Amino acid sequence: MVSGSALPSDAPAPATSRNVGHRGGPVNPSADALREKFGSAVRRVDVVWGETSVVVDGTRLQGIVRWLHDDASQRYEYLSDLTAVEFRDTEQPIEVVWHLRSLAYRRFLRLKVLLAKGAPLEVASVWPIYKGADWFERECYDMFGIRFAGHPDLRRILMWEQYKEGFPLRKDFPLRGRFSRAEQLRQALAANPEARYSMEELSIADAFEDLPQEMRARLRSGEKTGE
Amino acid sequence: MGLISRPQPDVVSYDPKGGDGWVTTRLDFLVNWGRANSLWPMPFGTACCAIEFMASAASQFDLARFGMERMSFSPRQADVLICAGRVPFKLAPVIRRIWQQMLQPKWCISMGACASTGGMFDNYAVVQGIDTIIPVDVYVPGCPPRPEGLIYGIMMLQEKVKRERGADTSIRNEMDPDPTSQLYIPPSAINELSEPFGNSVNQTRSGL
Repeated sequence: MVSGSALPSDAPAPATSRNVGHRGGPVNPSADALREKFGSAVRRVDVVWGETSVVVDGTRLQGIVRWLHDDASQRYEYLSDLTAVEFRDTEQPIEVVWHLRSLAYRRFLRLKVLLAKGAPLEVASVWPIYKGADWFERECYDMFGIRFAGHPDLRRILMWEQYKEGFPLRKDFPLRGRFSRAEQLRQALAANPEARYSMEELSIADAFEDLPQEMRARLRSGEKTGE
Repeated sequence: MGLISRPQPDVVSYDPKGGDGWVTTRLDFLVNWGRANSLWPMPFGTACCAIEFMASAASQFDLARFGMERMSFSPRQADVLICAGRVPFKLAPVIRRIWQQMLQPKWCISMGACASTGGMFDNYAVVQGIDTIIPVDVYVPGCPPRPEGLIYGIMMLQEKVKRERGADTSIRNEMDPDPTSQLYIPPSAINELSEPFGNSVNQTRSGL
């Protein structure tokens, strides 16, 4: 992999753009490249406040992100954010959003996948491409209930693992939670404070070989602490 | 102002008709004087109140003047738990366990609006007042309270400590939570305290 900037040495220095309109403006060249490469998988391209959003087909997401990451003309090597949006209109699909940044070309690209309400909320994980997507996807699952197929360890990250009330950032979730305060407190106090971390998180990978034999065997079988 | 006159905690009072003898009142005075002036805090800082707490402990305000010579980051060597900041439900079993690990005699200061009432976070994630989890001696209002506010709360706690009587053993009883639900106050009381403004109107000046 080539490192450093891919721009010519006489490229203008980066500057804060001014007078950016709400809609329209220069489109990120990666959007056209995506259209050319993937054709109908690119559903829509918007430019909002100077940033390009590309709505893509969820079934081909992983191939698209893989290409954006690997191709020498794109080099989106940094996943800066991954989240989801649900709209107040219950008919409107949930959007899953990926923010990709190409450091070499100084580009920013927003990918979106629309998940219809009736169908199971599932989309491919980008964890095989960006290891940093691990906790992003866990948070997204925790808050919205979107399953990321291919994620190695998809479980709650902010709420405790036995949390029973659902997915807090969904529009049908009441702000104060579904249960009474006493019931919420009872369930929270029933949780074991030391069961929040998997053994993989507790055992630092480097120290693995120093662990006793039987503990290593238990870790390999995927056992978690205190549950 | 019509304030009720109350016994001075710094003066040894002896009521010949009262139950306590001359020796025990002197002994209580000595023990309470020692305890009140060597409260080691266990800081449980979760949010911006902890910044004010750190300011209180630093040189400008200097908690060491009150015998809080050292932050006790181990609950087993601490006397007073200072909960500074909001406590999410996920931390509820943690603060409960820290409180249970502290040795008697122990006290608790709830610092700031969030720790005392949930504050502005009336949502699914935040405990509506830590007194639904552990017993609290002094509530310090403010968002966050200035160091002067915390120090005033600490002085109120010292006054409370100085008025304890060794003959009254009930204040040393560990509050055992209900074994099935792990709650130490009834669920209806928790729901009532968690109503909007519920906890803030129930916190009086605790008799001091």
